[in-house]
Amino acid sequence: MITLGHYLVVSGMLFALGLAGVIARRNIIIVYMCLEMMLSAANLALVGFSRFHLVNSLPDYTAQSLVFFTITVAAAEVAVGLAIIVALFRTKQSVDVESVTKLQG
Amino acid sequence: MPPLLFYLLALITLGFGFMVVTGRNPVSCALSLAACFVGLAALFLSLDAYFIGVIQILVYAGAVMVLFLFIIMLLDIKAEEGKKLSFAPIISGVLIAVLLVLQIITVVSSSAIAKKSSTDTPLALTEAAGKIGRAAALPTITNDLKEGTLPDAKLIGFTLFDQYGFHLQVVGLLLLVGTIGVVVLSKRERSSAP
Repeated sequence: MITLGHYLVVSGMLFALGLAGVIARRNIIIVYMCLEMMLSAANLALVGFSRFHLVNSLPDYTAQSLVFFTITVAAAEVAVGLAIIVALFRTKQSVDVESVTKLQG
Repeated sequence: MPPLLFYLLALITLGFGFMVVTGRNPVSCALSLAACFVGLAALFLSLDAYFIGVIQILVYAGAVMVLFLFIIMLLDIKAEEGKKLSFAPIISGVLIAVLLVLQIITVVSSSAIAKKSSTDTPLALTEAAGKIGRAAALPTITNDLKEGTLPDAKLIGFTLFDQYGFHLQVVGLLLLVGTIGVVVLSKRERSSAP
């Protein structure tokens, strides 16, 4: 029997995969993809809670509205982030995160 | 939902997610991420969240992934060949991820709410038709519920415009600011000020 816990564990594993990618990878575009994966994992947890917390024997649509907002903000964030990456590539000719150390002091 | 289908979808999602993290070629990473999002959308469908599943495919697997592939093509990024792997970030990343998963499994296995299954929380659509409060003002929602179909796009739309109208306008403004920001950021600067 599939319970809410199964969905939460899948969501947590996807989030952990994304976190490992953000920490371990050096290509800034792949770091960005891993960030998107973490956002989607949070969405999965929200939709799971929405389905298993019934309001008037319907799923809780407040959670799904929040998912809608998350997806919108993620889309805007990807557009701005990729524009920043393009600007960075123009100045550094590289997408390696270790090539950007000017703020390191 | 059959357990086997859930495990298959979870395997697709996590397997392609793993390929995103470990892949050397950015293009194959982006395609794996698209496949991962399709698996995730199928998981959303299995949770009766049809609208969210569809916009997951449209927005993520469609728009966002095309944007990623477009940028990879534009910057002409080669696969990371011949670069030495530095082990410290890899080991710390794997360690933190494993600790996080262990923590989540511990919390989930000891919580009562995580043991709810879909037989404990069945959707009663025809009974819900009389209890939807202000949404009952829209006959299309009540009619769908009486026919036994779940009008989840209509209910999400009603929730958004009924309770979160202001937030929706703020998000619209955010998208406008994002669009302007992208144009400003990607405009090529003049070499010398006039």
